[in-house]
Amino acid sequence: MSAHIIPAKLYVTIWLALMVLTVVTAGVAFIDLGPLNTIVALAIATLKAVLVVLIFMHVKYTSEKLTKLVVISAVFWLFILLALSLFDYGTRTLG
Amino acid sequence: MSDSSVAVEHHEPDLQHHFADMGQQKDAASLGMWLFLATEIMFFGGMFCAYLIYRRAYYNEFAAGSRSINIWLGAINTVVLICSSLTVAMGVRAAQMGKRKLLVILLILTLILGLAFLGIKGIEWHDKYKEHHIPGPSFDASDISREYPQLHIDQSHEQIFFSLYFAMTGLHALHMIIGIGLFLYLTHFSWKGRYGPEYYTPVEMGGLYWHFVDIVWIYLFPLLYLIDRKPLG
Repeated sequence: MSAHIIPAKLYVTIWLALMVLTVVTAGVAFIDLGPLNTIVALAIATLKAVLVVLIFMHVKYTSEKLTKLVVISAVFWLFILLALSLFDYGTRTLG
Repeated sequence: MSDSSVAVEHHEPDLQHHFADMGQQKDAASLGMWLFLATEIMFFGGMFCAYLIYRRAYYNEFAAGSRSINIWLGAINTVVLICSSLTVAMGVRAAQMGKRKLLVILLILTLILGLAFLGIKGIEWHDKYKEHHIPGPSFDASDISREYPQLHIDQSHEQIFFSLYFAMTGLHALHMIIGIGLFLYLTHFSWKGRYGPEYYTPVEMGGLYWHFVDIVWIYLFPLLYLIDRKPLG
């Protein structure tokens, strides 16, 4: 059984990208973008998470489709949890 | 039982009898691990959901509370965890290539980075303890109210922010402690030469767990430390 071995250079590139994105997200937080601040912060965090999942966690290279299905389903369940809760609390006055 | 599976069993000492081959065994382990991580996403998801609801309701208290946390400690810890994810990824690679010494070195580096994360977290929590920002009878955020009078801080709502801060960073730290336990186990058996190109599934599964905990932190950092850092107008 031979596994797909990812070049060390790619891992280091991803690490570098994650470091740069960390600096960017911390720096952008000090600039007033209005409501965009939160959106930018979450977009950068999601980009970082996708890099980790695809490369470090090998989801990009797996031949097992079930693994990909589980990953996508997990994110979808989280979306249901957050989105439906938000629909509820967003459409009523709290307290 | 077919003859072939018995024959394979003799050739592959790490193959359990209910799997056809090593590839299938590894795919099954990987799928099981991802299913576990899916439940972990929902576990943390409940907290993120509570955070979302209360942040919408008490935004000023969340913004002021976030400003009171040391952004440097949070940023350094983000860097520490990203570095540890690299050492883990390189460690799995070393196992795949059968480089035992390199694997052990990378696992020990990961352990050091994990402990550094917890140490920095401890400093941060100790600061909050000294400032009376730990929810409970001695909670006192009047320093935050005085610093940001324009935000009209409600003390009990501020306490909700810090409850979520401690619950989320605490649950994350608990996962780090469990991760360090897992990696001590992996380091021990890597040292003994248990893992190599034919069988490195435990290293890869431990790696998946470690990366997952890193991803949780990737979200916790902006959501707790960077809510509102822009100059107050």
